[in-house]
Parts: sequence; C-alpha cells; structure tokens
Amino acid sequence: MQLTGTQFTNTTAVFGNDFATLPDYPAEIRAPAGTLAGVSSFQVNFGDERIYTPGDQPDVLVAMNPAALKVHLHDLRDNGVLIVNEDAFTEGNLSKAGFKSNPLEDGSIKGYQLFSIPITKMTLEALKDSPLKNKDRERCKNFYALGVLLWLYHRPLTVTTEWIETKFKKKPDLVEANITALKTGYHFGETTEMFQVSYEIAPTKRKPGTYRNITGNEALARGLAAASKITGRPLFLGSYPITPASDILHELSTFKNFRVHTFQAEDEIAGACSAIGASFAGALAVTTTSGPGIALKGEALGLAVMTELPLVIINVQRGGPSTGLPTKTEQSDLNQALYGRHGESPMCVLAARSPGDCFYMGIEAFRIATKYMCPVLLLTDGYLANGAEPWRIPEASEIPKFEVKMAQPELAEGGFLPYKRDPNTLARPWAIPGTPALEHRIGGLEKAADTGNVSYDPANHEAMVRTRQAKVEKIVQEIPPLEITGEKSGKLLVVGWGGTYGSIQAGVRRAQQKGLSVSSVHIQHLNPLPPDLGEIMGRFEKILVPELNLGQLRNLLRATYLVDAQGLNKIKGLPFRAVEILEKIEEMLG
Amino acid sequence: MSEEAVKLDRKDFVSDQDVRWCPGCGDYSILAQVQKVLPELGIARENFAFISGIGCSSRFPYYMNTYGFHTIHGRAPALASGVKIANPNLQVWVITGDGDGLSIGGNHLIHALRRNMDLKILLFNNEIYGLTKGQYSPTSEMGKKTKSTPMGSVDYPIQPVPLALASEATFVARTVDTNPKHLAEMLRRAADHKGSAIIEIYQNCVIFNDGAFKDVTDRSVRDDMSLILEDGKPMIFGKDSDKGIRIRGTKLEVVQLGDGVSESDLLVHNESDPDPALSMLLSRMHAPEYPVPLGVIRAIRRPAYHEMLLDQEEEAVQKKGVGEIRDLLMDSETWTVQ
Repeated sequence: MQLTGTQFTNTTAVFGNDFATLPDYPAEIRAPAGTLAGVSSFQVNFGDERIYTPGDQPDVLVAMNPAALKVHLHDLRDNGVLIVNEDAFTEGNLSKAGFKSNPLEDGSIKGYQLFSIPITKMTLEALKDSPLKNKDRERCKNFYALGVLLWLYHRPLTVTTEWIETKFKKKPDLVEANITALKTGYHFGETTEMFQVSYEIAPTKRKPGTYRNITGNEALARGLAAASKITGRPLFLGSYPITPASDILHELSTFKNFRVHTFQAEDEIAGACSAIGASFAGALAVTTTSGPGIALKGEALGLAVMTELPLVIINVQRGGPSTGLPTKTEQSDLNQALYGRHGESPMCVLAARSPGDCFYMGIEAFRIATKYMCPVLLLTDGYLANGAEPWRIPEASEIPKFEVKMAQPELAEGGFLPYKRDPNTLARPWAIPGTPALEHRIGGLEKAADTGNVSYDPANHEAMVRTRQAKVEKIVQEIPPLEITGEKSGKLLVVGWGGTYGSIQAGVRRAQQKGLSVSSVHIQHLNPLPPDLGEIMGRFEKILVPELNLGQLRNLLRATYLVDAQGLNKIKGLPFRAVEILEKIEEMLG
Repeated sequence: MSEEAVKLDRKDFVSDQDVRWCPGCGDYSILAQVQKVLPELGIARENFAFISGIGCSSRFPYYMNTYGFHTIHGRAPALASGVKIANPNLQVWVITGDGDGLSIGGNHLIHALRRNMDLKILLFNNEIYGLTKGQYSPTSEMGKKTKSTPMGSVDYPIQPVPLALASEATFVARTVDTNPKHLAEMLRRAADHKGSAIIEIYQNCVIFNDGAFKDVTDRSVRDDMSLILEDGKPMIFGKDSDKGIRIRGTKLEVVQLGDGVSESDLLVHNESDPDPALSMLLSRMHAPEYPVPLGVIRAIRRPAYHEMLLDQEEEAVQKKGVGEIRDLLMDSETWTVQ
C-alpha cells in the first residue's frame, strides 16, 4: 500500500500539483493482513493551490479490505467517494475486522458514495494468461486500484509504467502483470458508468524552478552531505538502525562517492561515540536516531558538551515513552533535547518544519556546530521524515556557504591553548590529530580555562559551566527575525515549532479568511530561542501553542517570558488536522 | 604518515602533567614502555592518538604528549573507531582496563575486534576496580572478597584472551607489567600489526589487589609458571628449560623433557595459523595446572575495516565520479515550473 501511495504521489508531482503525504503503517514488518493492527495506509492531499498538510478529511477513500474500512471510514468526508475491494469482504476478513455482518450489504454505510468493485476478481481475470503464480497475480490488485485512481484524477499512466519497468527490470513477467493490472483498472474507470464525476485538478501555480518530490529523511541526508561539500570536510555518520530514522543511514550509505563515511555501530551509544571520535579527528560528524536512542546517547552528549567538539545529533521523534509508537509521529522529545542530560549541559536545539526544510536545517546544524564548537541537536519527526512534498531544488547561489577553520601549527607558539576562546563565539580552536605541534589532551573531566588541563578548582568549574552556557546563548546572533504569518499584532498569536508547521499554516490561513484576528510564528531555533519572540508575543492578547505533546514548548514559553500561553495538545501519533487548529482558534476568539 | 624519518626520543612523549597513579602501581611500567617504544616506530608524534575510557588506567592519555582523549566509561573502542575511520593515517591506541573494557564496555570491545578495526588496545587487567575503591571486577576470581562481596563473589570470571579470540581479533597477546622487555616487545608487535590488536597486560594494583598475579610473575616462580611463546619454536618452559607442552587428543599437557620425551614431541607455536583452535587451547591454560602463556597468541593478516571502507569509496568514485551537490539534488524525477 505504501508503494501504491508513493506512485500516486510521484504521478501527482510530475503533473505539477502541490501535495503532502501521510504514510501510516504498523510497526510490525508483516502484521497479519486483514486485522485492524495490520492496516497500512497512505494519505495524500494534492491540489492546484499551496498544500500544507496531508488533508484533514479525504475526498476519496480506497479500502482494500474490511479492516482498512473499519480503521479509516471515519476519516472520509461526508458524501465522499468510497471505493472498496468487495472480494476482500469475505466472512473470514469481516470477522478479523470485527464486523458482525457485511457493511457493504447491511446498509450500515450511509452518507458516502460507495463503489464496490471486485478488484481481486478482475485483476485475476486480466492476468489469467500470466505465467505468474496465483498468489503473485493477486498481489497486482494494488496496481489495479491505482489505475482506477489515476483515471479518476485524469493522471497519465506513464510515470507508473516507467517505474514498474525499472523496478522489476529483472522480472519481465512481473512488469507485464503489474502494467496489465494498472491499465485494466484505468480502463475500468473509463468505461464503467459507475463514477458520476471524475476529478480534474489543474497544476499548481508555484515559484518558477525545478522541482522534485522529497521526504524529510531524504532531504536531511542530502543537507548533511551538502554541508560536507560546502566545507570540504568529510562527513561521518555513526548510527544504529531505529525507526523512523534509519532511512537517513540508508540514504547516506549510497553517497560513498561523496566520501561520506557511514558506520553502522553496535549500539546507539557507539553511534554517538564514534561520531564524537570522528569529530575529534576532524570530520563533520553526525549521529542519527529517534527518542529512545537519544536516551542511550545522553552520557556521550555530555562528553561532547564538555569537550566542545562540533557534533550534529538528529532525533527523528516518534511516539514515546519506551518503544511507544515506533512508526507514529509525536513532538514529545523537546524536553529531552533541552534538558535530557546530567549536569549543566546546555545544548543548541533546532527543529525542521517541513520535509524540504530538513535539507537546510541539516546544513544549518553543521554551520552552528562548527562555528561555535558545540553539539547541535536537530529535531525532526516521523511525519516529516516519511512525508513527502514537492520541493524546489535550490540554485547553487541559494545554498548557504560557510567555512570551517582548523587550528594551524602557528598556534603552538608560546604554548598551544586548546581551550582559548574566540571572543565573538566563545568557540575553542578545532585542532585535529595529524597537525604538528598542537598535540593536546581532552576528556570528560572538568577543564581548566585556556589550557584544557584537568581542573578540580571550584571557581574554575563555575566559570566553565557559565562559559559553556554563555556560548550556547551567543548562538542567538545567528537567528534571523521570525516570519509572521498575518498581521504584526492582534488578538491571537499561534506559536508552533517543528513538523506542525503545515497544519498550523493551513488552520491559521483559514481563520484569517474568516476574518479572525490571528497570526502565527514558527520556531526553528529552540535553544536559544529567537531574540524577537518575546517582543512579538507581547503584541498579541492571547498566545496559542499547538503541540503533539502535553505542552513542552508552552511550558518553556511560560517559564521564559511569563506569558499566559494556552495549549492545543494532541498525542495520538498523528499530525494535527488543520480543522483542529481552526476550531481552537475560533474557541479562543469566540 | 610522514615520509621523512622522524627522530624522536622518550622525552618527546612525556606530557607536562604530573602522573597521579599510586606509588608502585603497575601502570607506571606500562607508561614507561609505551614512551620508550613509540619513538622507535618512525611515526611523527602528531600522528598518534591515545583514546581511553574511565578508570585508573584511562588517565594514561594525559601523560602522553600526543593527541589524546579521555572519554567515558567503556566507550573508548567506539570512539577510537570513529577517530580511525575519519583519519586512517593516525595510529590509534586504546587504553582500557578490566572493568572498563570487559564490563561496561564489553560490547564495544568485541565489535571493534571483530571488525578488525586498526586499533592497538591495551587491556590493563588488575582483576579489581581501583578508581571506585576496590569492588570485584569481571576478571576477579570466583569467591573474591571485596567491599561489594563481603562473603565472596559468586560470579564466574571472564577471560580476556579467549574472548578476544572468539571476537575474531587478528592480533592477541598477553604480557605482564613486571617484565618490561617482554612488554616492550609486545607493544612493538601490536604497533606493527594492521588490524585489531589487543594485549592483555597483567597489571598489579598495589592498593586493592596487591599480588594478584604473583603466582605467575614472582621472580621465584615465573620461569616455572609462565610459558613464553615464540613463533615457530617448541613450547618449552621451566627454570632449567626442561618442561614442555604436548597435545594429546584435544587436551594440552605439561611434560618433563627426558624420559623418552624430546623437543620433537612438543607443540610448536604457530601464531599465524588460520585455524584458531590451538590458540584457543593455549588461551585457556591457567595456573597452577599449567604455565600461563605470555607472548603473541595469535597474529593473522586480514583487511582492516578502514581499508575496506576506503576501497568501497574509491570504487564508488571510479564508477560515479566524485559526487557534487548538484548530484545530491537531481537524483530523482524532476519537473519544471515556468
């Protein structure tokens, strides 16, 4: 189902529509088909105007079995198009999904345009001459369904047929069968009089340029590799597989011709530690994981803070605590990112706001880490990581440039001081092994100022703790003014962070169209916070902070600015729907 | 590494920091031998990196005037792996102890070894936790009475050398802090090895476990209780070189030379035998039934991790050319908006 959804998205992209997707699948690799737990779904929202979210209520739902119908029917808008594979509504499947009788026959589906199609039967019939085994023929039914949808939306078949030809190049029988199923579905849509309407959506008006479809994980991997090309330093990734972050490891592993070193470590701790070692040795070092992995890396991150080495840590957040909801999205690791270490251990924290933004935030994380010589933790989430959007490919001139300066042997004159700081950034020099005359020792024990020697001196400890904190605070000078969506002052300001950007934008714009006095800002720098945030909040009567957690940013804003920020909090493993934001705005302004 | 011959001496490797180990600690001897051997290797000083974990032994990098990193408990092999991959020109040494390397860091140790990561790992084994003041360690003998085991420990100890062999280490040796000449020779051998090298060093903790190895290392007994392994030579030991090791079936036995047993009946040490079976048998010889083998127990050549990684990168560059930012962005279907 994920594959079918991706193909529809690609076709949509090439056709020039804007879109946003929400893949939703079980954590189990092969959860039993037909059960409620085994439902895998893929939601795509597209249109001829700017799309911010995967859509609140789909216009069309395709349910390939009773379980899918049960889980997702309530998502469909009133009078929406419901396409079902009637062949899958067998007694066994109905009972697995908990239906007492067949909803296609008992009249319980009301208020939708139901199209019950024998998808399996027609797929098998179309493939009766195929040399494939029956089981493999049946698998082609998803392409049949895709064919119906492509017809419904007047989409060309070529994007998918070309993809099938490449994907199954070595299995010509599969190529033929899948294409036949696809075309049969398409022709069914065309010839049947079942559908009263079919949708025609014109290409979206967008900024001129070259576009591609990109997920957050793909964009992030490319941003990290780009940082390596920009600076001329090799990229090192130390990582341990974890959902939903593993795709960053997979992507970077294919960039060997960029001299990207990927190291699949024995555990999360080794992923972080190997990256710290690589940073010590002069690489742009990154470790990628999700919440539970960050918990394991915590001690190593303290070491990175103490040794003041540049390191990028990526947390693709998922539902927690513990194993939680591995394949679902959440924003519940903000507190962990800000505070989840022992001792006074300040950490620069960033958050990406859209799949394409992950590219730029990957670069930004390395820019700050190397300029200030400190670890930088970048938060994304499962929704950004797997969700896709059309992304305008930046021109070379639009890609940020920055330099990384390594300490040179001349620094040794008069004795090398590995903890002597740049007054503007408080960064210490990055002196890498292999550089003559700069031999020095670092470690987790408290450092004496300047020399970096071990020091147990009480006054020195306090001075160093305050200096490490001051250094992170200095990063505030890197943060551009916040973009305000809407008026610069008014009744309500919606403050968001991270992957909720799209939903908040859509919800706020709808409220603005209704004439409500509401604006929004979106925070990408969470520590330090943007310098103008407090002043902007002061221009509004009320503050709303929508978050996919119990209010972690809200508490931070209340503590930092003494503002009466209100929360909209959802912890369902799913992104906000724009209408949820809208309803909360209306409630607060009502 | 530098092409020019580098002329350095011991003093070049002594840092300006005061050494803070207890007087009489075995660590002093190891530090002295490392500082003696490094200048002989012809490697520029800036190309050495010493990485340690936590514990008494892990203070080692502070005393070496090289690049050094005193990391966190147990993680030195993981951190050192990152150093080596990021800069393969460096000679990377890992300093660890029995608690650091075999307890909290056991996982990292076995994986660094099996990957044939080109690290020189010195495992200071004193069979006790020193820095935390005297709890039993994973190598302490069963029944050991310590602060945390007042009635004696009920843990079976782990044996570093069999563990290293089982982890596919390509160089495994054992030596003692009280035999500087042998210790120096093992350090040289490890330095020359390309791949994962581990040396178990019996190291005396004068405060919490004094004399732990005296049954093997004391001047009065050491010739009879240790077997110095030499590649290609029969396994002979004893004050009068009159005892040897023979194999019977799958068991090793100690034999007295003479009385119908001659040198030709003895096992001949073959450190580069691709089959690790004999190394494993040797590694399980313990006092008092057997003399304890010292020396290079296994040394074989296999491609090291960084060599294979760099080969793959080179192959990718040959096939696809050096990647540029444009390639990162354009590697998918695209469409143009006018």
